[in-house]
Amino acid sequence: MEVGWWGVLIAVLGGAIRIGTPFLFVSLGECLTEKSGRINLGLEGTLVMGAMTGYAVSLHSGSPWLGVLCAGLAGMVLGALHSWLCSFQRVNDIAVGIAMMLFGTGLAFFLGKPYIQPSAPRLPSIDLGGWSDLPQLEAALQINALFLLGIVVAVLMGWMLKNTAWGLKVRVVGESADAARALGLPVDRIRIMSTAMGGFLAGIGGSYLSLYYPFNWSEGLSSGQGLMAVALVIFARWQPIGCLWVSLLWGGAAALGPSLQSVGITGGYYIFNAIPYIMTLAMMIITCSPRRTLVGAPHELTVTR
Amino acid sequence: MSESRKLTRRQVLQGTAAAGALGMLGNVEWIGQAWGASGKVKMGFIFVGPRDDYGYNQAHFEGKSAVAKLDWTKAFDEEKVPETIEVQKTMESMIKLDGAQVLFPTSFGYFDPHILKVAPQFPKTQFLHCGGLYQEGKHPKNVGSYFGFIDESQYIAGIVAGGMSKSGKLGFVAAKPIPQVLRNINNYTLGARSIRPTCTVNVIFTGDWSLPVREAEATNSLVDQGIDVVTCHVDSPKVVITTAEKRGVYCTGYHCDQSKLAPKGYLTGAEWNWAKVYMDYAEMIRKGQKIPNLVRGGLKEGIVRVSDYNQVVTEAVRKQADAAKDKFMSGGMVVYKGPIKDNTGRVVIAAGKEHVQTDIWLESMDWLVEGVIGSTKS
Repeated sequence: MEVGWWGVLIAVLGGAIRIGTPFLFVSLGECLTEKSGRINLGLEGTLVMGAMTGYAVSLHSGSPWLGVLCAGLAGMVLGALHSWLCSFQRVNDIAVGIAMMLFGTGLAFFLGKPYIQPSAPRLPSIDLGGWSDLPQLEAALQINALFLLGIVVAVLMGWMLKNTAWGLKVRVVGESADAARALGLPVDRIRIMSTAMGGFLAGIGGSYLSLYYPFNWSEGLSSGQGLMAVALVIFARWQPIGCLWVSLLWGGAAALGPSLQSVGITGGYYIFNAIPYIMTLAMMIITCSPRRTLVGAPHELTVTR
Repeated sequence: MSESRKLTRRQVLQGTAAAGALGMLGNVEWIGQAWGASGKVKMGFIFVGPRDDYGYNQAHFEGKSAVAKLDWTKAFDEEKVPETIEVQKTMESMIKLDGAQVLFPTSFGYFDPHILKVAPQFPKTQFLHCGGLYQEGKHPKNVGSYFGFIDESQYIAGIVAGGMSKSGKLGFVAAKPIPQVLRNINNYTLGARSIRPTCTVNVIFTGDWSLPVREAEATNSLVDQGIDVVTCHVDSPKVVITTAEKRGVYCTGYHCDQSKLAPKGYLTGAEWNWAKVYMDYAEMIRKGQKIPNLVRGGLKEGIVRVSDYNQVVTEAVRKQADAAKDKFMSGGMVVYKGPIKDNTGRVVIAAGKEHVQTDIWLESMDWLVEGVIGSTKS
């Protein structure tokens, strides 16, 4: 069936889910980490490491879901390493983050050499578009369970941060380490746990890339998606639900470039492909003001302090 | 503290002695030449990406593996060497330490300035570059280049694609609008339209050589538009091929055989056959023949080939494709024979005029042939 221009809309819808899911996981991970007062720029490395680990485990064990779990665990280890290093006096979390980013990607490239060629089992997809008789829409609504899991995590994390004692502790540590210490809270331990959990989520995001979409382990797989997710947390105003919307928006924008070319808008594709980046810049400019700090920013963050 | 200082002093003494010994041997280059004379033909290969990428680098690596099997050669390689001063260091170390008699730096960007800078320092080593940039008189004598007309294979793949498509709409995921890529797109289109004049080829440029997410998106968008055969020209076609297979459409491959990735939909593909080129070079060196500065060829010379047809390819389509292949093999095929219009309606090749495969004019291609939906303007 001919869809013509509707194809662009379908691509944006499908892309929002397909491309947005890894952004969702990484930004949720970063959101939790930043809520505890640390920035982990190393999530780019964690994402790549997760992608490699997931692919390798899926290949050897034959179970892609085991791959997802191991990707999460690998991310957890990297996150814990980052926060452990940062728990020393006068260690800058941004500098450690950049080091961890290079370490993570380097390690993944090194260990991932034998996995570039073989084809691992793929994560299954769920058909949500069965009601439609339009094959294009059906394909766009073929989603992966990880996307649904991401929504659950976003809702749950938002609720827990707001309503539970655990969430309160994380927020106190992120708002004022001194106050947390006065309350007798173990600041370093809470940060280590938050960052490790954040790494776990980012690792899962990586396994989505290699095991579902685009379904391949290669060294160009991430192309900076982990770093972008760090910026997404700022737009999301450190709200997990915000991370969901922003990730979807982002995924949709990234799908625009190729889909416009497919309907015959053949000029200016470099601009269209750059839309997500232009969007970031625009949002940065619109939301920044010299007179106030951003609403929702944890006060302990090195960038707001 | 004192212990470490002692160690340092000892190391310094050892270092000086070693340097002295090296100095006595004259220059370092001499060592390399002496080893090179030990009987085996020593060949060094340099790749810009990973050896096993299901793409450009793997195609070269397969060629290297083929010559490495011969008992009178010694082939070594280094992968992921950037097109920077790094490649100069790699070339030097392959000559000095491994005694390479001939080097194959395979990436396009290695030529200028890197090969041109290193080659004059090692006049006894051959530098053979993949890409066809060598110009006589302008470049050093021990430099040469080789290239294959893979667009001939693309023409055949286009025939198969056009013949097997139900909708008559084909899709092409391409990296950048450079002449080599445009030539592949145009040949693919001309091949398809040679048997089915209403065929269109929808091109999506991703903007770079390796962008897996965008390549997958591009493939999905093409399929959404009713395109039922997809092909590509990117560094590694793996993502495009697997995405096409998942969407249940046909695809044709590029660089090397990807039929394992899409057993149902992989119709055929345009492949390099570097083994042939590298074997020929090895043979020439062994016999002490003069190595030609320019080696080019297509299907006829065996430098490129076409993947085996999928069993779904019908007998009629096979016949049409094989007929064109035979014409290439006999050397009687001219793809760019006027009248040919570009996709804006402008006549680029007038009636009665023809450009044969080796025509230099084709190497500056900046237009898309009639039937292509797409634009070379960024």
